[in-house]
Amino acid sequence: MTAGVSIRSVTQRYGSALALDHVDLEIAAGEFVVLLGPSGCGKTTLLNIIGGFAEPSSGSVLIGGRDMRGVAAKDRPTTTVFQDYALFPHMTLAENVGFGLRMRGVGREAREATADAMLSLVGLAGRGGRRPHELSGGQRQRVALARALAVEPDVLLLDEPLGALDLKLRRAMQDELKAIQRRVGTTFVHVTHDQEEAMAIADRIVVMNGGRIEDQGPPREVYLRPKSLFSAGFMGEVNRISVKGGVSRLGMLPVPDGCLCIRPEAISERGLLRLGPCRVVETTFFGTHLRAMVEPVAAPGFTLKVHLPQGAAPAVGAVLDLGAEDHVVLQEA
Amino acid sequence: MRVLAWVYLALAYGFVFLPVAVLVAFSFQDGRLPVPPFQGVTLEWYAKVLGDRALVAALVNSAVVAVVSSVVALIFGFLAAHALARVRLPGSVLMRGVLIAPMTVSYLIIALGLLAVFNQTGVRLSLWTAGVGHVVINLPLCFAITYAAMGDHQKNAERAARDLGAPEWKVLLLVSAPMLAAPLAAAFFLSVTFSWDEFIIAFLLTRFDVTLPVEIWSMLKSGLSPATNAVGSLVFLVSVTLVVVLEVFVFRRVK
Repeated sequence: MTAGVSIRSVTQRYGSALALDHVDLEIAAGEFVVLLGPSGCGKTTLLNIIGGFAEPSSGSVLIGGRDMRGVAAKDRPTTTVFQDYALFPHMTLAENVGFGLRMRGVGREAREATADAMLSLVGLAGRGGRRPHELSGGQRQRVALARALAVEPDVLLLDEPLGALDLKLRRAMQDELKAIQRRVGTTFVHVTHDQEEAMAIADRIVVMNGGRIEDQGPPREVYLRPKSLFSAGFMGEVNRISVKGGVSRLGMLPVPDGCLCIRPEAISERGLLRLGPCRVVETTFFGTHLRAMVEPVAAPGFTLKVHLPQGAAPAVGAVLDLGAEDHVVLQEA
Repeated sequence: MRVLAWVYLALAYGFVFLPVAVLVAFSFQDGRLPVPPFQGVTLEWYAKVLGDRALVAALVNSAVVAVVSSVVALIFGFLAAHALARVRLPGSVLMRGVLIAPMTVSYLIIALGLLAVFNQTGVRLSLWTAGVGHVVINLPLCFAITYAAMGDHQKNAERAARDLGAPEWKVLLLVSAPMLAAPLAAAFFLSVTFSWDEFIIAFLLTRFDVTLPVEIWSMLKSGLSPATNAVGSLVFLVSVTLVVVLEVFVFRRVK
């Protein structure tokens, strides 16, 4: 029903290009892991290797402790939800959902019962007789999810499953995906390039870049305590200030050498790490906050992005005395 | 100008269909010769044709050869198209070319080639050998039609089927083929039509049991008769029916 996945020193080469570079990753049984990164970072390649659609150039994949070398996709305890749904258009929804069971020799009645139950799980109860073309994109993706879960895989792989949906529907499906994962307890490995989606659903986010794992941890940790500059920048906006020997372009800053990273929402007038007086250059109202571009008086030409409370309304040209409430110092790669 | 266009249209259709119309009209000739003047309507020739054992046997032979050779051509064409569309093989462009090449070779050459091969290998001429000839001409057609219809859409569904535990032959049977139902039906019906009408290969590669076009040819040798027209009309009726079925049930649905 659920199993852990061990990825051990997996490398994938396509000609001279290195898609994955000695990737090690341990995924616990029942965990919801999100592989996050820009296109071409190797996240989909890794998913394909777990699912058996590609053999790694070197390294090994273990699912539930069993080495998957030479095991074809059809014989693996994994199923996949594809971005383009990949439903069978000539079959009804119930036949689509029951397909995996049919391949496992399950009788028609048992298949139909399971299909009904799975369709209810994804909120499509009683629609088993319909065909995929009668459904909206969101509904099709639910069917694809039901179809993949119907065979009770140990590990469910999701390849940008929400990528084709509009923003509002995507946010709604995220919550549902998370709830379904809680209910079935299967290990979910989900690939996306949307960091908000990753934070909304993941138990653990694995940030990938250039075929390597840059950072990993619970959403809060990856966002607030990123381990690399790439990870810090990919998870959200960040102000970067180089510091050497306690000196920066803003003046003296009591932090170790490296790149001081401060999220825009961590800057306020109360912040303990004082950044000095800054002149407001531009403000934009974003609903949840007021976004201001400010120029430190000590460093003309340098701008900091600051998120102020929505009630704040500093005039352009006003000078604010700002400080950082939270920060990290990272080493330049 | 509009009048001119209509005249042109009428002439074009007349050019194409007048011979057929004349053929069909004189199959009802109440007289000994299928030539003007028209002497009245009778179904006598149809009765005679349908009562003729040899003709009816040839009709059945034609139908069997058409269906069996088309099924074989379709299966091989589909499998070849699937392999070349899905698997990256060295020289796949060349293989595609070689598969389609028979389309450009005249039926006469194909028939002569097969005749030489059958003589050399001691295979006796029969409906089977004519069927082989028809597979040779129809396989490129089936291959080309199905190959053109294969897209990424099916590719992803096939991948999903494999992912759900389907062995390769079930992927082909339960996913690939049904998703290509329309082009496969089009290829099949076109093959049947071509085989049904085909004369040269059937003439050179059959001996005792013959197909309908060959039987008609031997009827023609003994001179003109409205009976020949009646057979021709029946052949035409079958071809037209196939084309209409194809149009209504296959092409209409694709749109």
